[in-house]
Amino acid sequence: MQKFSAFELFKQGLNGQAGWKPQWRSPEPKAAYDAVIIGGGGHGLGAAYYLAKQHGMRNIAVLEKGWLGGGNTGRNTTIIRSNYLFNESAGLYDHSVKLWEGLSQELNYNVMFSQRGVMMLAHTVHDVQVFKRHVHANRANGVDNDWLSPEEAKAFCPPLNISDNMRYPILGAALQRRGGTARHDAVAWGYARAADDLGVDIIENCEVTGIVRNAAGAVEAVQTTRGLIKTPKIGVSAAGHTSVVLGMAGVRLPLESYPLQALVSEPIKPVFPCVVMSNTIHAYISQSDKGELVIGAGTDIYTSYTQRGGLHISQHTLEAICELFPAFRRMRMLRNWGGIVDVTPDRSPIVAKTPVPGLYVNCGWGTGGFKATPGAAHTLAWTIAKDEPHPINAPFTIERFRDGHLIDEAAAAAVAH
Amino acid sequence: MLLITCPHCGPRPELEFTHGGEAHIARPENPAAMNAEDWTEYLYMRANPKGLHAERWRHLHGCARFFNALRDTTTDQFVATYATGQPRPDLKGAGQ
Repeated sequence: MQKFSAFELFKQGLNGQAGWKPQWRSPEPKAAYDAVIIGGGGHGLGAAYYLAKQHGMRNIAVLEKGWLGGGNTGRNTTIIRSNYLFNESAGLYDHSVKLWEGLSQELNYNVMFSQRGVMMLAHTVHDVQVFKRHVHANRANGVDNDWLSPEEAKAFCPPLNISDNMRYPILGAALQRRGGTARHDAVAWGYARAADDLGVDIIENCEVTGIVRNAAGAVEAVQTTRGLIKTPKIGVSAAGHTSVVLGMAGVRLPLESYPLQALVSEPIKPVFPCVVMSNTIHAYISQSDKGELVIGAGTDIYTSYTQRGGLHISQHTLEAICELFPAFRRMRMLRNWGGIVDVTPDRSPIVAKTPVPGLYVNCGWGTGGFKATPGAAHTLAWTIAKDEPHPINAPFTIERFRDGHLIDEAAAAAVAH
Repeated sequence: MLLITCPHCGPRPELEFTHGGEAHIARPENPAAMNAEDWTEYLYMRANPKGLHAERWRHLHGCARFFNALRDTTTDQFVATYATGQPRPDLKGAGQ
């Protein structure tokens, strides 16, 4: 692997930057692997990286039906935070934030992780009570979260409208200063490059069409559009298509797939210093390093695999944005798109073994999987390698729905749904 | 925005409707006889198909009645709508 460094950049500059090589190979699939990861997004590529790096499994492959990071990894609004209510969630999401903090160094690839702060606005008395409860719960779990008055919120984010002339005036905000954003493509590319360097085969344009099981019911091979690949272990990180992939092995899941939309504005000078989220009037916004305002909407009301949604959903979000930030009223939007998110009944993920031996799943991240990319990848790799969950992902089983041990972030309203 | 044909009111914009999830999930007739697996299946497990999906809709800001629909989740095209209580239409591959 060509290491990136200031010296290397200088050296290549002497040669007109013509000496850079491809960052990863594009190999033909082998007949057999020790493990196969389905899904070449950040979660899947990361799992392959940690399997190779921490568990010594080098003969593995990542199968991606499209191109790397072309699914939800490339479609999200790149928000990273860990201010979830319950202990289990705080453990998993803060594990991710801690991995984010060292990720650029670990991968020798700048993922542009920027801890610019994530501010969640409170508009009602209920919001205030819920967010204060979150602040206390987060602190008890060692997760930073501060309560701000409207004036303090305005000082932290100057474009914010804190006057009482809006329909839902801002009564305060919860601020996680360690939260922020990262460059979504760089996360996929950084993991791909590092995994490839450790011998992982990354195979694009390779759709899984079937899962073959032996007489004992255990995983034996995957059928793909590029041939049959034998493997005793399969990790599925297929986001919105998880129900489809696990259906090939006869596993039913408590998932429903919804379109989730986002949009970006034309690029402008830096005006927006942090991430702002409002669950009550439903908007997320931050400014990318390119200068675009990155805006996230809510899910459509119906399940779908179309990677698009109704325009009225985006419109609803833009109305909220214009109310919160009147300065943006005359901004033009550059493009909008949708991704398919797999939502569980309790809005917490599943990172676990399945009833099929050798089949592992990482799914159910719903509207908020990007922030968890390193943590999900790390714990999925652990679960695949050891055939048992890491203590951090141990509560996030499929069986929790049978046993009643829900991690009910849906009711806790820590996130916008 | 989808144009949805309510079987009682005719075609109306999506804004008038709410989505009620997967259709034809029968409430258990004898709850006391159900074990944990049965309850899990009834409460949580969903088909989530990529293709034709039988689902409930409610024309909330209209007649306020529930009805069922067959919709293709790869195109969002409605193939059929039908009243609650009727069986899923057998399309024999039509509309795929």
